Amino acid sequence: MTAKSTNNDVVKGTSAKRRKFPRHVIVFLGPALLVYTVFMVYPLLDSLRLSLFSDEGAFVGLANFAELLPGGSLSSSFWNALGNNLVFFAFHLLIQNPVGLFLAVLLTQQLLKRGRGTYRTLIFAPTVLSVVIVGFIWQLILSPLWGVVSTPLLGLTSTALPTLSMMSVWQFVGIPMMFFYAVLVGIPEDLIEAARVDGASGWKIFWKIIFPLLLPMLGIISIITYIANLNAFDLIYSVQGALAGPEFSTDIMGTLFYRSFFGFQLQSGSTAMGATVATAMFIVILIGVLIYLFAWARRVESYEL
Amino acid sequence: MTRKITWIIGFFALMLVLAACSSDDSTDTTQAPAGGTETTVAADAGGSGGGSGELVIESWRNDDLAIWEDVIIPAFNTEFPDIKVTFAPTAPAEYNASLQAKLEGGTAGDLITCRPFDASLDLYDAGYLSDITTLSGMENFSSVAQSAWITDDGTQKFCVPMASVIHGFIYNADAFTEVGVEVPTTEDEFYATLDAIKADGTYAPLAMGTVDQWESATMGFQNIGPNYWAGETGRIGLIEGTEKFTDQQYVDTFATLAKWGEYMPDGYEAIAYPDSQALFTLGGAAIYPAGSWEIGLFNEQAEFAMGAFLPPVKTAGDTCYISDHTDIALGMNAATGNSEAAQTFLTWVASADFASLYANSLPGFFSLSSHSVTMDDPLAQEFLSWRDQCESTIRNSYQILSRGEPNLENELWATSASVINGTLTPEDATVVLQTGLEQWYEPQQGG
Repeated sequence: MTAKSTNNDVVKGTSAKRRKFPRHVIVFLGPALLVYTVFMVYPLLDSLRLSLFSDEGAFVGLANFAELLPGGSLSSSFWNALGNNLVFFAFHLLIQNPVGLFLAVLLTQQLLKRGRGTYRTLIFAPTVLSVVIVGFIWQLILSPLWGVVSTPLLGLTSTALPTLSMMSVWQFVGIPMMFFYAVLVGIPEDLIEAARVDGASGWKIFWKIIFPLLLPMLGIISIITYIANLNAFDLIYSVQGALAGPEFSTDIMGTLFYRSFFGFQLQSGSTAMGATVATAMFIVILIGVLIYLFAWARRVESYEL
Repeated sequence: MTRKITWIIGFFALMLVLAACSSDDSTDTTQAPAGGTETTVAADAGGSGGGSGELVIESWRNDDLAIWEDVIIPAFNTEFPDIKVTFAPTAPAEYNASLQAKLEGGTAGDLITCRPFDASLDLYDAGYLSDITTLSGMENFSSVAQSAWITDDGTQKFCVPMASVIHGFIYNADAFTEVGVEVPTTEDEFYATLDAIKADGTYAPLAMGTVDQWESATMGFQNIGPNYWAGETGRIGLIEGTEKFTDQQYVDTFATLAKWGEYMPDGYEAIAYPDSQALFTLGGAAIYPAGSWEIGLFNEQAEFAMGAFLPPVKTAGDTCYISDHTDIALGMNAATGNSEAAQTFLTWVASADFASLYANSLPGFFSLSSHSVTMDDPLAQEFLSWRDQCESTIRNSYQILSRGEPNLENELWATSASVINGTLTPEDATVVLQTGLEQWYEPQQGG
């Protein structure tokens, strides 16, 4: 410990002597920072600002947000959308990630050695397709007129949201698979061999050795899934339209935002309410990320191999 | 090491949130003037004979680009060769937002295609559209035709009505002969026909699905409804607050609609609009609850004889009402640098020549002017002939009633679809609509 800190001091001392501030860093960071500020940070802050104003431009404080709370005009739509959003996320968390992990484990198995590349590519392929195409293909597959099932899966309030979630899971399962696969191939053989010599079963090796090593990655994948799912819009919009039927059973915050901001058919759009819904989305996502950072990421042990 | 990774992950997660959230909002910045259609105003001084220079038309009818370029504009130019007209359409779904942005940025075209009712009224109130009440040619339009582009007090007009669409039912004439049924005129006959087609089993009686919701409201509720609420009487009654959605006529409309489900193809809850169009044009269904805008596509795709019939009346001899819905109009950008030429064009749009040219180029979009127009297309002519037999009205949710939150039109879509699906009773549907309306619309409150 002492050796380490003295070493650090030495490094600091020499660097301070050689140059005070690495100015060339500005040149490297500048362009990206500028573009990022103009196109990301500024619009984000500006939309936060817009949510505090009325459509006529008068400052209204948090009055717009009161519309989202019980008793407000958007309350039932907003909570319905948030609920649907969480169901949508739950499907991904509970199905996409375990299936992704399962596929990744399968891919690392010895008996799959020959077709590994092919399978990996095939499973990953839907991820690069446009959501609109995925939506269209599944709509045809599930169409009671031309498709393979006669149950109107997309037309019933009970099945529409699970069906859409599963479409999305089908499309994106390749991503957790790739992440898990990358970790799995990085686990040294010696660890597993040592466990095997000690007499551990395959099941035990997975839970006691491989799974703890996967945990940090599981956290990252979950939070990425959370952010992507709570911002979801395109699949629902392309399959069910902006009104997210039947009876708003597939309405999520993205589609609600679209309707409030741009308007829909005879409903005129409202910049203020759109910004308010967008800000609410931001807050919900931020809460999730903070929970992840403080309740998960700090506690999970990462091992260096 | 653990800490370091935590912070790196945290940083990336935050960046993702930022990126993800701002991508929603950045739309409003990127929506801004998609540029392109700069108004090049070359207002030649003098400009005798109706003006000269260039005119750019903003429109959402990108399907009609070829017709404007090949038929309509050349016809205009034979009369006014000095005015160069460019038709510059945007995609229908983006039109309202992009037009708004262009008007705000001062880059919009000289002539603006007007959506019906509030979308255009808002533009007029914001000063983007000119008042054309006194334009010569406006006398060619009835008050129903003008109702969609007029201020609430009825004094100022801001768009020249171009076209309407009429609702009814299109049927497969070959299928009718094969099954041996007649064209129905009353409701009893209508259901007898549907029963016969269903019993025969070759064809799906009604080609419609409910997943997209709007067909249920537009081709269902607004199609058969005017016969129940007596067209304009009922529509104006709702606006003035003398009628309520919970009144018997609206319950009855929904009750009739509720019966449609059993005649629609299996799994209709998940059948989308293009599916039902395809089902009908491929010859799989006998009757298509329609709007006249389908005529162009159906003529092109269907290989069987088609006919059309009116929304059935309750008993033979009742007055029939049709939804003759005002859909498209043309207005003038208040900021145009070439208003003389723009007015010349608008007056021409109000003429008999244009009416006939437009209606025949786009069968299914009927001229709103009082000039008598003959159409070459028999199916379109059939639809048009109903104007003489029946009373015309427009969709009841369009004027004034869809201004508040909850939005009436959106609720009509959802309730109509649910009624057909059988998940909402006709009575409950009317209660949903009435409570929604009472939340914000004063004439419907307090009583």
